[in-house]
Amino acid sequence: MNEKNKIRYDAVLITILLVISLFIFLGVKLTGKNGKNVVVSVDGNVMYTFSLEENREFEIKGYDGGTNYLVIEDGEVYLKDASCPDLLCVHMGKIRSIGQSIICLPNRVVVEIVDGEKSSDNIGSEDEIDAIVG
Amino acid sequence: MKNDKTKKIAVYGVMVALAMIFSYVEMQLPVFIAVPGVKLGITNIVVLVSLYKMGDKGALFINAVRIISVSLLFGTAMSFAFSFTGGMLSTIVMILLKKTNRFSTVGVSVAGAVTHNIGQILAAVVFLNTTAIVWYLPVLWLSGIISGLIIGIVGAMVEKRVSKIKVP
Repeated sequence: MNEKNKIRYDAVLITILLVISLFIFLGVKLTGKNGKNVVVSVDGNVMYTFSLEENREFEIKGYDGGTNYLVIEDGEVYLKDASCPDLLCVHMGKIRSIGQSIICLPNRVVVEIVDGEKSSDNIGSEDEIDAIVG
Repeated sequence: MKNDKTKKIAVYGVMVALAMIFSYVEMQLPVFIAVPGVKLGITNIVVLVSLYKMGDKGALFINAVRIISVSLLFGTAMSFAFSFTGGMLSTIVMILLKKTNRFSTVGVSVAGAVTHNIGQILAAVVFLNTTAIVWYLPVLWLSGIISGLIIGIVGAMVEKRVSKIKVP
């Protein structure tokens, strides 16, 4: 096949990929609504659940002694500081919609916005977790 | 015959070394957007050129050895799992697309970049035991198309310049 036709196929391929990305983007955007709670997992285990309605600052103890400083402010969540060298999680900014997350790989911390409580793998009730924090 | 084998070993060694250096340079580049996984993927220039000069097995071998060596030097078990899933998936997709003989280096590179990012997200879903990261799919998909385009164009230029060099 000559080069001209190949470029045509390239263009078709890239267009299809762009359209798919648009659909995924719209799908994610449209289904996104403001969450009620924020769930913090370390190494795949749910450790804390906080309400988005009250402002809070909290230090997450991550895997292998790492820490991430979590801030909840006006229904938004972000990590203000962390012990990891790259600080990618801090640069990931603020999140507020269901399904959005901040991930810190070195500390294996996942901060995720959920609608209500995380049902399947929730450890303990919110009261118990509050007791640990307080 | 024996000379050919020696030359092959030497060229593979050079390509792996080059891919490792590119990986290292990539790590030093500042992250453009605050989303993990968004990167230029300059290492893929080496994989692309290997694919066209040395064929399917060559590209797969060079990329696998590169990922293992770089992870041993700078990475963790987790970063190895991410790189390996993304790298192998993208190399296999690039091999298949090249086999169809319908796409130029650019098309092959774009598909490789996008599948690399998909592979990393799949790895994150499995190893971090969360589906939350799927949120980043659109961003990584789009950044893959853009970086794949750039790398594909550069790869084609490199390939043209080394076309006279024979690799056994």
